[in-house]
Amino acid sequence: MVLFYGSFAATYQGHGTDVAIIGGLLDYQTDNPRIPRALEAAEESGMAIAFREGKGLFSHPNTAKLILSSGDGEDQEELTMTGVSIGGGNIEIIAIDGFTVRMSGNYPTIAVRHKDWTGIIASVSDVMRRHACNIAHMTVDRKARSGDALTVLELDGDLDEALLRELSALDNVEAIRQVDLSKG
Amino acid sequence: MNFHSLEQLAVLSAERGVTIGRLMLKEQAMESGKSPEQEFELMAQYYNVMKEAVKRGLTEDTTSRSGLTGRDAQRVMAFGDGQEMSLGKAAGDAMAYALAVSEVNASMGRIIATPTAGSAGIIPGVFVSCQERFGWSDEHMVYGLFAAGAIGYVIANNSFVSGAEGGCQAEVGSAIGMAAGALTDMRGGTPAQSIHAVGLALKNTLGLICDPVGGLVEIPCIVRNGFGAVTALAAADMALAGVRSVIPSDEVVQVMLEVGSSMPEKHRETAGGGLAQTPTGKAIMNNLRKR
Repeated sequence: MVLFYGSFAATYQGHGTDVAIIGGLLDYQTDNPRIPRALEAAEESGMAIAFREGKGLFSHPNTAKLILSSGDGEDQEELTMTGVSIGGGNIEIIAIDGFTVRMSGNYPTIAVRHKDWTGIIASVSDVMRRHACNIAHMTVDRKARSGDALTVLELDGDLDEALLRELSALDNVEAIRQVDLSKG
Repeated sequence: MNFHSLEQLAVLSAERGVTIGRLMLKEQAMESGKSPEQEFELMAQYYNVMKEAVKRGLTEDTTSRSGLTGRDAQRVMAFGDGQEMSLGKAAGDAMAYALAVSEVNASMGRIIATPTAGSAGIIPGVFVSCQERFGWSDEHMVYGLFAAGAIGYVIANNSFVSGAEGGCQAEVGSAIGMAAGALTDMRGGTPAQSIHAVGLALKNTLGLICDPVGGLVEIPCIVRNGFGAVTALAAADMALAGVRSVIPSDEVVQVMLEVGSSMPEKHRETAGGGLAQTPTGKAIMNNLRKR
């Protein structure tokens, strides 16, 4: 389900924001000529889509919230993320699963789900240092003291498998996701 | 980036003795970690997309998905072929090319957001027509795009470039400022003159609301792109002639922020006011909903 806020709620059809977001979920690049027919393609592939107008406060007039789920029963996975369109063909992701983040997709990015635990940031950044991977931007948010937390790292330079393995193996790290749009 | 204001951009270019475009290429490469050659190549690809969009808009059917707009660029070109345009051929071409790209956008074709999709016609309109007229190389044009990018970077980080945030002044206005400054840079103006061109251009669109009929990027967006290209040429000419923006361009950018922030929500891309809520605008919206 996609919720549109602010001016998006009034203009998402006219601006093609609906087909753009669904095209993104289908892994289309921004210049893919199939984008205008993305809704049909998604339904053919078995994706159920709903668009709604979001209510309440929003930080930017071009805000969209995606509530995604796949599989069912024990395999069911859910992901909620909120993004804003800031112009220049750029977006910013401002929330993932209720955590406040800041990521642009312009850098190789790692999202680390972990427990809020003393020294976890030092451990993560130590892995980065050993792999000579500079952290360009970093956001950390937690649900509760010693509770669930999410750290998002935007990086200069390429991600390698060894780095990701070492991060996954750290104490209190639960899951790692990576985004690297620079690879196309 | 080593600059955050238009003033710093002009000073830095002058100190290093390079055009704004050449300065920006270095700055961008430093920021991204890629080589200047890679950055240049990417921008060259963008310029090719712009040229393709101009060509498509002038030759193919650009009727939009809504059916409300299309082929206006071709109308202007045909008119100019038949008789002397009031604007003269040069500005007439810039206007037609800008309309062409904007129509390609409305018909879901491929464009480069400069700075946004809604304002994507202005820079190609100015650039492609001037390249033909002055016989510039593609390389020269690509440096020009870097100059436009540097100006857009400053505006976006100090004010805004989207109609939803700041009205059409932020969207079409920024594009005009970027095109005017870049054209001044490409024509051999000093960095200071280029920055004056930005301020001169921005002052002409201050207060412009964003009121898209039916929420579509068509009415009045497409014609505003056409007008925008002409304004950019005018601003560059004034700056090259020595006309100065007495209110410094960075202060004009701050005015855009002030005006956009105080604009009512109905005039910021929500289709809740302006042309979108005229009797005809409402009738168009109702017809679209019935489909």
